[in-house]
Amino acid sequence: MSQFRIPGPLRSLSGGASTVDVDAPDLLSAIDQLDSKHPGFRGRLLDDSNSLRQFVNIFLNDEDVRLGEGLNSKLGAEDEIAIVPAVAGGR
Amino acid sequence: MPRPLGLRCRECGAEYELRATHVCEICFGPLDVAYDYDAIRRVITRARVEAGPPSMWRWRDLLPIEEDAQVVTLGEGMTPLIKAERLGAELGLSNLWIKNDTMNPTNSFKDRVVSVAVSWARAHGYETMACASTGNLANSVAAYAAHAGLDSYVFMPDDIETSKVVATSVFEPHVVAVHGNYDEVNRLCSQLADDLPWAFCNINVRPFYAEGSKTLTFETAEQLGWRLPDEIVIPVGSGCQFVRHRRAAGELLDLGLVEGRLPRFTGAQALGCAPVYQAWRRGDDRVPPVRPDTIARSIAIGNPSDGIYVMRIAQETGGVLEAVTEEEIVDAIRLLARTEGIFAETAAGVTIGVLVKLARAGRWRGDETIVAYVTGHGLKTAEVVGRPVRARAEIDPTLRSFREGVLSQP
Repeated sequence: MSQFRIPGPLRSLSGGASTVDVDAPDLLSAIDQLDSKHPGFRGRLLDDSNSLRQFVNIFLNDEDVRLGEGLNSKLGAEDEIAIVPAVAGGR
Repeated sequence: MPRPLGLRCRECGAEYELRATHVCEICFGPLDVAYDYDAIRRVITRARVEAGPPSMWRWRDLLPIEEDAQVVTLGEGMTPLIKAERLGAELGLSNLWIKNDTMNPTNSFKDRVVSVAVSWARAHGYETMACASTGNLANSVAAYAAHAGLDSYVFMPDDIETSKVVATSVFEPHVVAVHGNYDEVNRLCSQLADDLPWAFCNINVRPFYAEGSKTLTFETAEQLGWRLPDEIVIPVGSGCQFVRHRRAAGELLDLGLVEGRLPRFTGAQALGCAPVYQAWRRGDDRVPPVRPDTIARSIAIGNPSDGIYVMRIAQETGGVLEAVTEEEIVDAIRLLARTEGIFAETAAGVTIGVLVKLARAGRWRGDETIVAYVTGHGLKTAEVVGRPVRARAEIDPTLRSFREGVLSQP
């Protein structure tokens, strides 16, 4: 079982929940499962060509998936998947 | 005084009321403050600005703080714009200027954004300020929170320069040293901001905070005699301030406060953390993250939030992105000190290093008005300059020793 951490701006989709559990072999299918539990997530996270949207960062156990396997990242038990808006920062 | 209207998504145009949020709930795009420019146009004039306080708050009409709010100020802004005759002569530039933002209350341009963020947060009932920082922001947040009587939590990588930690801790904030780099600290704070009733300067109150940057360009235009320069060289970390300088120049032109055209906006990065420069060179329209490794810690942001906008603005205005090596950064710090008497930190070493590199590559004819933004004081990163170029003389307190030990030396 892996767990999504839902950021504030998307909690309207998850009924206010800050975490959602999923059971999937890789990140893309985990997003599909999240979307089937709470419709709307897929469209917010992925664009039409199934890539991560520009302003969405996903961290798998604290590693930016763009620096690794991206949406093909394999998931293990107890993995934490954090969705974090890209817009932040400024030293 | 005109009031800010609300927040608007820079990508999809969705509108939100004025509150502590920074991300569009529809497309995750960045939110910007929207103003009623018609109302501003009716009141703002050069004379009104000139009659304002001798700080960045003379530009309050274009800052997102309501009329009934009391600003939290330590006198930030109206820093010197210095004609760089000697540095210009070395580079073949007869009209080079340094905007010396090391002269702010906590010695970096961060005081501009923090003054706005803390003013907004206090006026809206927040009791605790917070930030993710590579040092300068923490320094400023701690000082302004102290002045405003607010609590503060500052999150920094655990290996930040000692002088920045000392200059921050003296204001007695809660200093949280995080085992990680800035991008990791920033992500942690982004998650914390969802659940804590704190005003994180560069996260949930970022739309207000970021607007403070504009005053650097407003002042530059006023100090040049109400005109915009031909080109501005700006250090790029997150890209946040770069975007605001473009907005500021646009506002000055649209409101009729200056005539002419937009300056070229040129961005400077350290090669050890140059995601925007690298994307620019490759011609990418996205900015993939990198792992930072540079002495220019204050702009060592591997995943720059405004990176794509920096590239668009450079493209739009005829500017470029350029980057320099660690050695070039230190050389530039020394060059600026030797020629102009200004001691700047590593981020400014990046700016001046890029200025030098572009000048020597023949980018300019030589008579253009060029302004370099020097954004932080050298004492913040003093350790990088290493041993002095000129060894000190050691003498006895006698005239003979002075003659032999000082005057007879090269």
